[in-house]
Amino acid sequence: MALIEGKTGNWEVVIGLEVHAQVVSRSKLFSGAATGFGAEPNSQVSPVDAAFPGMLPVINRFCVEQAVKTGIGIEGKVNPTSVFDRKNYFYADLPAGYQISQFTRPIVSGGSIALDLPEGRSRTIGVTRLHLEQDAGKSLHDQHPNLTYVDLNRAGTALMEIVSEPELRSAEEAGAYLRKLRTILRYLGTCDGNMEEGSLRCDANVSVRKPGAPLGTRCEIKNVNSIRFAMLAIDYEARRQIDLIEEGGVVKQETRLFDSARGVTRPMRSKEQAHDYRYFPDPDLLPLVLDPAEIERLRAAMPELPDRKKERFVQDYKLTPYDAGVLVSERQTADFFERVAKGRDARAAANWVTGELFGLLNKAGKGIEQSPVSADAIGALLDLIADNTVSGRTAKDVFAEMFETGKDAAAIVEAKGLRQVTDSGAIEAAVDRVIAEQPEKVAEFRAGKDKLFGYFVGQVMKATGGKANPGTLNELLKKKLSG
Amino acid sequence: MSIDKATVAHIAALARIRVPEADRERLAGELRKIVAWIEQLDEIDTTGVEPMASVVEMTTPQRPDAVNDGDCRDKVLANAPAASHGFFTVPKVVE
Repeated sequence: MALIEGKTGNWEVVIGLEVHAQVVSRSKLFSGAATGFGAEPNSQVSPVDAAFPGMLPVINRFCVEQAVKTGIGIEGKVNPTSVFDRKNYFYADLPAGYQISQFTRPIVSGGSIALDLPEGRSRTIGVTRLHLEQDAGKSLHDQHPNLTYVDLNRAGTALMEIVSEPELRSAEEAGAYLRKLRTILRYLGTCDGNMEEGSLRCDANVSVRKPGAPLGTRCEIKNVNSIRFAMLAIDYEARRQIDLIEEGGVVKQETRLFDSARGVTRPMRSKEQAHDYRYFPDPDLLPLVLDPAEIERLRAAMPELPDRKKERFVQDYKLTPYDAGVLVSERQTADFFERVAKGRDARAAANWVTGELFGLLNKAGKGIEQSPVSADAIGALLDLIADNTVSGRTAKDVFAEMFETGKDAAAIVEAKGLRQVTDSGAIEAAVDRVIAEQPEKVAEFRAGKDKLFGYFVGQVMKATGGKANPGTLNELLKKKLSG
Repeated sequence: MSIDKATVAHIAALARIRVPEADRERLAGELRKIVAWIEQLDEIDTTGVEPMASVVEMTTPQRPDAVNDGDCRDKVLANAPAASHGFFTVPKVVE
């Protein structure tokens, strides 16, 4: 448990997260308007989204399925009956004056998320609930000196609000929770997890207490849009509360905003003062009843999720938990790796994917789906190493060229004459030559200066243009030098 | 539930309805009567009865995920008190 040191002793931070995940769907939760990001303002708004009088919401079946899949993915209980409520508040980008949400009877209750922490540690965090709700529109405050511009394209888009139990105990754990949740959502294809575009946003409830003491008063930090900012905001807020209490102050329950430019949280003024949403069942919508057979069909069609996949990679491929964790963080990466590893040395495949390939992809600022070298092409290169056509050292140069040109390994090896010399006669000749040219060094070595062995290896390698099979070279060199 | 002048002022503020001070006592009285009338329901024992969210014996109809609405910005903005560059505009909301 990570404690924070204060002037009066150690403090424990208690964090609960509310994540808003935009559901991947073509149309909105209750209307047939499109959901794409970046469209012309107000071009994806139906009369339902703009809350025109007399318009009735009709629920999108696919959004319901997406929520059910996510519920199963976080090991929650899918409720056969759930109810939509109105959450009432006034804001310029909420045309109806209420948000359709789920309050007393959400579509999913309970669940859990396993955190992957440094040094292979792990912790399981409870999920309280997942419910479906509408997103609001977008207000632009910086377009005009005394007007706010409102774009309703986002209004009515389906969101899943996923609420954790207040079981997180550090910014690090909060970061791990968000990363894992994002990975699960992306595996399921229920949310694209794109934080820059606002598809995944997070509110953090933070309080502090002395270990073992009852819960302190919490502050809610609203609308944090990156994992790093969430962690910075939590650290800042915990410290602020500790300093406040230790100086004799009292934490006031309030909503705060994270100012990422200055790295501080500050109280939010207008919107959330009321906190009196007067929820009541939406009379426009009947209870949402799910067919148990349909839930089972969705359960049966679930893809393998990251935790399971990681376990399988460790068990079947004998990967380290760390490498397996890196490979399963994105489904595409895991699939890519499995394609490379198929019928080959899996650990070598993992090393090449996480080492050479990731290195060059990062440098080029590319994702794995844009890799200029396919999984099969890397596989073919590994085959050339395995059958001694090229040494591992040479293979790295070949790989760099594959990445650059998109050519396949065998063609590069042939064109550049990189085929490894395994012919012991040729290597032996090179060894003899080097020994003959360096009598003093040979004498020193024989007098006990063992370190010189590496020097001789380098000389012979050089003499063979780097193509000598290292195993054969070592063996011959050892024999001749001691001889 | 007791409803007094302060409750009336509070819910009026939440609903963004201007209720003059002079009307609040009278409205509090009316609301008290309405609530008392509804509170008669408390006499019924509802232990073990599922909470009812709708009086209609139906479940909610569902629609397929198809784009068949929207793309009608001019219509949507036609009744707006103010609009500019395709946006609704409102007096600045300071955050």
